[in-house]
Amino acid sequence: MSTLEIRGLHVSVAAQAGESREILRGVDLTVTAGQTHAIMGPNGSGKSTLAYSIAGHPKYRVTSGSVTLDGRDVLAMSVDERARAGLFLAMQYPVEVPGVTVSNFLRTAVTAVRGEAPKLREFVREMNGAMAALSIDPSFAQRNLNEGFSGGEKKRHEILQLQMLNPKIAILDETDSGLDIDALKVVSAGINAYRQSPDHGVLLITHYTRILRYVRPDFVHVFVGGRIVAEGGPELADELEASGYERFLAMEGAPA
Amino acid sequence: MVSLQAAVESAAPVSRLHERASFDPADFPVPGGREEEWRFTPLRRLRRLHADGPLDAGKAGVEADAGPEITVVAAEHGDPRLGTAFVPADRVSARAFASFREATIVTIPGGVAAERPVVIRVRGEDAGQAAAGHVLVEAGANSSAVVVLEHAGSATYADNVEFLVGDGARLDVVSVQDWARDAVHLSHHHAVLGKDATFTHMAVTLGGDLVRLAPSVRYAGPGGNAELRGIYFADSGQHLEHRLFVDHARPDCRSRVTYKGALRGDGAHTVWIGDVVIRPEATGTDTYEANRNLVLTDGARADSVPNLEILTGEVVRAGHASASGRLEDEHLFYLTARGIPVEEARRLIIRGFFAELIGQIAADQVRAKVTAAIEAELDAMARAEGGAR
Ligand SMILES: Nc1ncnc2c1ncn2[C@@H]1O[C@H](COP(=O)(O)OP(=O)(O)OP(=O)(O)O)[C@@H](O)[C@H]1O
Ligand SMILES: [Mg+2]
Repeated sequence: MSTLEIRGLHVSVAAQAGESREILRGVDLTVTAGQTHAIMGPNGSGKSTLAYSIAGHPKYRVTSGSVTLDGRDVLAMSVDERARAGLFLAMQYPVEVPGVTVSNFLRTAVTAVRGEAPKLREFVREMNGAMAALSIDPSFAQRNLNEGFSGGEKKRHEILQLQMLNPKIAILDETDSGLDIDALKVVSAGINAYRQSPDHGVLLITHYTRILRYVRPDFVHVFVGGRIVAEGGPELADELEASGYERFLAMEGAPA
Repeated sequence: MVSLQAAVESAAPVSRLHERASFDPADFPVPGGREEEWRFTPLRRLRRLHADGPLDAGKAGVEADAGPEITVVAAEHGDPRLGTAFVPADRVSARAFASFREATIVTIPGGVAAERPVVIRVRGEDAGQAAAGHVLVEAGANSSAVVVLEHAGSATYADNVEFLVGDGARLDVVSVQDWARDAVHLSHHHAVLGKDATFTHMAVTLGGDLVRLAPSVRYAGPGGNAELRGIYFADSGQHLEHRLFVDHARPDCRSRVTYKGALRGDGAHTVWIGDVVIRPEATGTDTYEANRNLVLTDGARADSVPNLEILTGEVVRAGHASASGRLEDEHLFYLTARGIPVEEARRLIIRGFFAELIGQIAADQVRAKVTAAIEAELDAMARAEGGAR
């Protein structure tokens, strides 16, 4: 049973002229395998910063606090080590990488994460199966990674990677944004298929309760001003949908 | 991509830079280094090829391999077929033409489609003494062929290569500069395209101490189409220079220039000059040139100078682009965030950077060879970085 534990996490980014700006102001969160957590919060509150910081994006500097996966110090690991340790981040804005095909990329990533190269035929079968389940056209395997993909196509490919890489804990940053209703169902089914295993945990960042009707969260966290200011069950998401963040904005700066 | 080395516009219009022409080396003064066409080249590393060092003492073997439908002959100095595609435009080109001992003439007869690539191997045996060379490729009307020029070994070498592409012909050229580390190579490639001819030219420059390759294109009739591509990879201390010149003086011709380079290590220096002129009579011209450089380490320098002169108002398209920058952090992050170790991620991105150009190489074997050569560069990069750690 894997556990991702975030304690007192403070993170800054470099702003202009050598100044730095603190974005995360003490985040505490524990995600255990078998659980689905949702984080909801206004634009700019720091949700992506949290996701990127866990994944190790070089732009973000952790000034204090800890992140551990099954007791191992995640912050001491390089970006690729974190992924190989079992963390996965589906990005809000997947990056276009010219000249690198989806299938070549996936095979290289799968090889790195599993520690050995899969047999080519088995890999192709696995990839084709996962693509079909996500209604991704087979021609995408030969396209350059994310290049010219529509917003929704990019999001599906993030879930394709989630399924192929089979991490312990997956952080999904607005994977539902920009999806049409059919794509939302397909992507939700993909997330649920992954999450079905008791060995897997999900941290889902979203603005909309729409996806939470398909992917039921066990816990909902309200994120304001770089911290979690309230926690509850799925009913908290419904309250946010009905009344917005107003009640919580006042909590900015106050202890959770 | 950020532009590390801002594109510097040349001091003079393109048409003025290429107006000198003579077969007599004496008509070109010895360059001093400040001239527009020499200012990027470290003259002291040229072993006097640009001045008056002897050019006939060295040895560089030339071998050709072609199918039976192609004729390959050796020709003496003074053969009237030689020197029709060009008039030398600089001292090195004029000296090379005055000094070569034997030229190689490849003829693809009109209407013939060559079955397999014509391969011309130039092998240097000694960089201590300079040699001059000359090759003429004549592609008859409506013929089609792939010609590969391979340069390897140690040499101090100056040469001219002429391509006469007949009306309606298609000629695909790949010129691989995979010299030993001590080689110096100054080369001029001159193409003349007949009516509706297609010419593709791909320079792959990887080896040598200093390589300066100047491919140029002229059109003898309307409807010509030239695609000039290049891949180069400069390691520590290497100077790799490509000087393109496309002279649009006929109506309704097209040109595309796409060069991509990677640089790593102290003193790695690349120069790309893209001179394109569209003369008043060249209405309906369609031209675009682009150069991109990946600067992989500190201490490497990429100069990139697109220079487009337009002398008619009636063009279809005329544009240029130039960008030099680092590997993008976001690309590296995305790949490493999927568990791919950073060294491997760099390789994937660099391979990807060159992939499209390599994919455009006409012949399978040649493409495989160029792919392998790039892989060898990437291996050398990994070794150098492993050692530096
Ligand atoms: N380089 C930077 N300089 C200054 N501020 C920055 C920089 N990078 C990020 N920020 C700020 O950090 C804050 C948090 O950004 P983040 O992307 O984490 O928000 P978010 O909660 O994911 O928002 P959204 O819901 O819009 O995706 C924003 O106000 C953003 O402008
Ligand atoms: Mg965000």
